[in-house]
Amino acid sequence: MSEFNKTEMPTEIDNEVEKENFFIKIKNFFVSKVSNKKSQKNQMLEWKKDGWKAIVSLAPALLILLVFTFYPIIKTFIVSFFPSYNYQTDAFGQFGFDSYATVLQDTTFWRAMGNTALMVIVSVPLSIIIALLITVLLNSIKRLQGVYQVIFFLPYVTNGIAFGLVFATIFSPMDYGLINSLLNLVGISSVHWTGTAYTIPYWAGIFVITVYAIWNGLAFKILVFLSGLQGIDKQYYQAAQVDATPKWRVFTKITVPLLSPMILYITITSLIGAFKSYSSIVALFGEDMGNGLDETFITAVGYIYKYFNSVTSGGNAELLSVASAAALILFVFIMIITLFQMWANKRKVHY
Amino acid sequence: MEVKLINLTKVFSKKEGDVCAVDHINITIPTGKLVGLLGPSGCGKSTTLYMIAGLHRPTEGEIYFGENEVSKFPPEKRGIGLVFQNYALYPHLTVRQNIMFPLENKKMPKQEAAEKAEEYANLVGIGDLMDRKPSQLSGGQQQRVAIARALVKEPEVLLLDEPLSNLDARLRLQTREEIKRIQKETGVTTIFVTHDQEEAMSISDEIVVMNFGVVHQIGKPQDVYNEPIDMFVAKFLGTPPINIIPAHMEKDKICFFDETFKEKADIDAKDGDELSIGIRPEFVQVDEKGKYQIHVEMVEYIGRDKSIIFKFKGGEQTFKAIVPSTLEVLPDTDIRINFTRFFIFDSEGKRLI
Repeated sequence: MSEFNKTEMPTEIDNEVEKENFFIKIKNFFVSKVSNKKSQKNQMLEWKKDGWKAIVSLAPALLILLVFTFYPIIKTFIVSFFPSYNYQTDAFGQFGFDSYATVLQDTTFWRAMGNTALMVIVSVPLSIIIALLITVLLNSIKRLQGVYQVIFFLPYVTNGIAFGLVFATIFSPMDYGLINSLLNLVGISSVHWTGTAYTIPYWAGIFVITVYAIWNGLAFKILVFLSGLQGIDKQYYQAAQVDATPKWRVFTKITVPLLSPMILYITITSLIGAFKSYSSIVALFGEDMGNGLDETFITAVGYIYKYFNSVTSGGNAELLSVASAAALILFVFIMIITLFQMWANKRKVHY
Repeated sequence: MEVKLINLTKVFSKKEGDVCAVDHINITIPTGKLVGLLGPSGCGKSTTLYMIAGLHRPTEGEIYFGENEVSKFPPEKRGIGLVFQNYALYPHLTVRQNIMFPLENKKMPKQEAAEKAEEYANLVGIGDLMDRKPSQLSGGQQQRVAIARALVKEPEVLLLDEPLSNLDARLRLQTREEIKRIQKETGVTTIFVTHDQEEAMSISDEIVVMNFGVVHQIGKPQDVYNEPIDMFVAKFLGTPPINIIPAHMEKDKICFFDETFKEKADIDAKDGDELSIGIRPEFVQVDEKGKYQIHVEMVEYIGRDKSIIFKFKGGEQTFKAIVPSTLEVLPDTDIRINFTRFFIFDSEGKRLI
């Protein structure tokens, strides 16, 4: 269970938040430029002056992004179209779509996509709904609200290892595991939930992954929802109360629509997070991602990493192209889902 | 429906100690009347309104709606319509959906609810804005939507919290006429809260003047203005505000500055008592044979009228008088005046005459 230290959520979300802020700043910058309708000439002059300042200020960040983000993305894109690209010699070889064919014909890839899709479809909506309900309940508590808030936020500030150890105790494959002892109490024999030494039933593995994903993301979701909820004017609720609005209607007709910007943000970030899930799988089922060489619980990123890893650890150097192709396919999937989300939410989100 | 408040009290417990926001007030609001709760900010008028609405729980006292004691009822059981100060329109719903919202809560059939919404939208004059979002409306329009939403469920009592404070001056005049008209048309017992005495005076059937959680005076606006019960009410009503001249008793004479106000005053005060004489600006009459000589400091032209800033002999304090603009008065001159009316208050502000 030592692999449990690989938790992905916190750092990843920090990144997302930073990105979000960055984009908002950029957007505001442009909006203020456009809406500020001074004379064209003045505007151009100002733009030039401010533009240089902006570029100088952004340069360090841009440089790092360029080297560690944009360059790898472009390189991945190119490499995926050169099936015999050699990682060691940097020789591109012939242009072709063979890598894509390899990936798309690989049953393991489709298993990985299936597992990923399951996480995206099941754990993301479930975790958002659970987080929303907890938030609303948390917000409606009058006494000791602070204490309950702290309890729910603790996982967020808890060390990943501690988090993993607790999880390992709960879902231990041994008889002394929390869930297993409970099952034994009612006469059901132990289930192999996690670990590398046993064959894990598919349903059990998926169940554990789902619970892990929900639990792992819950604190941050609640944090975002709670801050959103506390930003809603209390008078809406008073108005609803005066009009004898049933509780459920208050939730669906007032709270959810008014929280929709936060819900959209959380949905997109957790969808992308779910698409990228890998470390949690390794943590739960070992580097083979379940049941020896079967890779039962392999995910899309797991698949990419498997190929990439086999190259860097001295395997067939040409497999890097396959990994790149798989990465690009995943990218396209995430892109499509995100665009769809944006489109679907345009009419449902109220800022 | 008649609304009756008996010994209504609200105490807010705070770290720094208890604050008595509303202190044993008794008010009866007759059926179908428009009543304004008037007072400076922090006087407990909004707290009173929220207690009537049920959003605040009274510490003590009873609230009757007709025959029913409702102070233990939650807001939804009281059958009231409430218009919030900032309207609290649901931003994600259209005007139509906003107005239909209370009806949908009652599970009224869609068709019927839509018709009702239409009817009330027309009543408040926003029938052509039904498909807009609140953010696409002006303040005055939003206000009307809020009123329509409060009225659509046909409440027995309509409550308005500072209904005009978010509107600009011109719109305010227009909207207050509108509120008066809507109230007359629907006949709903209406209670509204305001700190603007002019607003309260102009549309209320009755006003309730409050300060520090206590009711000072209840009555028809003109009556309260003409016969204020104490100095607070006299000072709070009227623009420009009433002149309060510091005075005192000398034997049985009332004197101020170098002047004698009354030779033989038959009032409940003894020699040396501090008094205040209240003179509304319009009570000052310029008269060549007037009793008091004043020194005119400044003359302001305010359209129809002219206002004079003046000093009495022997006093440095300035006072204000409103005189017809046709009257010839020059600054830095001495003229003579009389008072057509006056109030006299004792040192605690209680009115003696």
